[in-house]
Amino acid sequence: MKVFKADLHVHTVLSPCGSLEMSPAAIVKAALEKKLDIIGITDHNSTRQCRVVINEAKKAGLTVYSGAEVTTREEVHCLAFFENFEKLDEFQLFLDANLPDIKNDTGLFGYQVVVNEQEEIVYEEEKLLISAIGKSIDQVEKEVHRLGGLFIPAHVNRSKYSLISQLGFIPPDLKFDALELTKHQDTSSFLKSWPYLKEASIIRSSDAHQPEKIGEAFTRIQMENTSFKEFAMALRNAGGREVIRQ
Amino acid sequence: MKVTEIVEKLNLKVFSGKEGLNNEVTNGYTSDLLSDVMGHADAGNAWITLQTHKNVMAIASLKDLSAVILVKGFEPEEDMAAQSNEEGIPVLGTSEEAFTISGKLYGMLQK
Repeated sequence: MKVFKADLHVHTVLSPCGSLEMSPAAIVKAALEKKLDIIGITDHNSTRQCRVVINEAKKAGLTVYSGAEVTTREEVHCLAFFENFEKLDEFQLFLDANLPDIKNDTGLFGYQVVVNEQEEIVYEEEKLLISAIGKSIDQVEKEVHRLGGLFIPAHVNRSKYSLISQLGFIPPDLKFDALELTKHQDTSSFLKSWPYLKEASIIRSSDAHQPEKIGEAFTRIQMENTSFKEFAMALRNAGGREVIRQ
Repeated sequence: MKVTEIVEKLNLKVFSGKEGLNNEVTNGYTSDLLSDVMGHADAGNAWITLQTHKNVMAIASLKDLSAVILVKGFEPEEDMAAQSNEEGIPVLGTSEEAFTISGKLYGMLQK
C-alpha cells in the first residue's frame, strides 16, 4: 500500500472565476511542482475541460479524477467524480438539461472557455456556469450514484455555498462518500461540533482558481494505486485503503 | 395572531402540519439560508422561504417557529411534509414572491 498526495478540487480556465492561466498544461505543470500524484478537475457545473487535462496529465504520469463542482438548487456546492468518459458525458447531459438559460456576462464573471493542448480556445460556454442547477442536493446525489460516481459536498465549513451555510447542518441521512473541509478548518474541532460525522472520510483541497494555488491544501490517501476503484475503496475505508486524517 | 388567520387572510395553501394551525405567530422571518435562520429567527416566527429540503423542518422545530411559508408555488418535498406532520409545524404555500408575502404578513402583524 502507498500514500498518494491528492488535490481533488481544481478549477480550470472553463470556470468563469478561473484564471485564464489555468490551462491544462499549466495545471499539470503546477501539480507536478507541488509533487501531487492526483488532481481532481471540478469546474462549476461543467465537465467539458476534463478530457484535455487528462490527456496532458497522462503524458506526465499524473492521475486525474474527472468531474464537476455542482451547484444544487439550494446553492450547495458538491464535488462529483466519475470513473470514465462514458459516465462523465452522461452526467454532462444531466448538467446541460438542468442549468438555467442565463447568459454569462464576461465583463462581470469572466470567460468560460475550453482550450486544447495548444491552449487554443475550442469552445465557449454561453450559459453562466455559476448558476444553481434545477435539481436538489438529494436529486444530484442520486444521479451521481446512479452513474457509479462519487459525491462529496465541497468546503462544508465555509460560510458561503456550503452544505452547512445553505441547509444549516449536514443532513444525517445524506449519502455522501466524503466531506471536504477548507484548509483553515481543524478536523478535530469540526468533528467536535458534528459528532455524528466521526466516521466520515474527510478530504481537503485547494479549490484553486490560479495555478499557484494548486496543492495549497491536499489530501493524503492510502491505497494500492491511483485507480478510481481504489479511490472509491479508500473513501469507504475498505480493505485497508483510507483517507488519512490530518 | 394564529396560523389559521394568516392562512385565511393571505389565502395560503396548507400542505402539512395541520395540528399546528393554532400556533401563535409572533412575527415573521424571511431567509433562504438555513444557517441564518438557525442563528437569527425567534420563537413563534413564521418563516418565509423557497427552500423545500427536510432540514427546514428540523430548524423550524429547533427554533420553535410557528409555521413555514413556501413562496412562488414551491411545494414541500415528501420528507419535509412528513416531518412537518410529525412536528406539528404547518407548511403553507403561496404563489407570491417572498417580498410580496413578507410585506403582507408584516402589515397584518403590525395592526
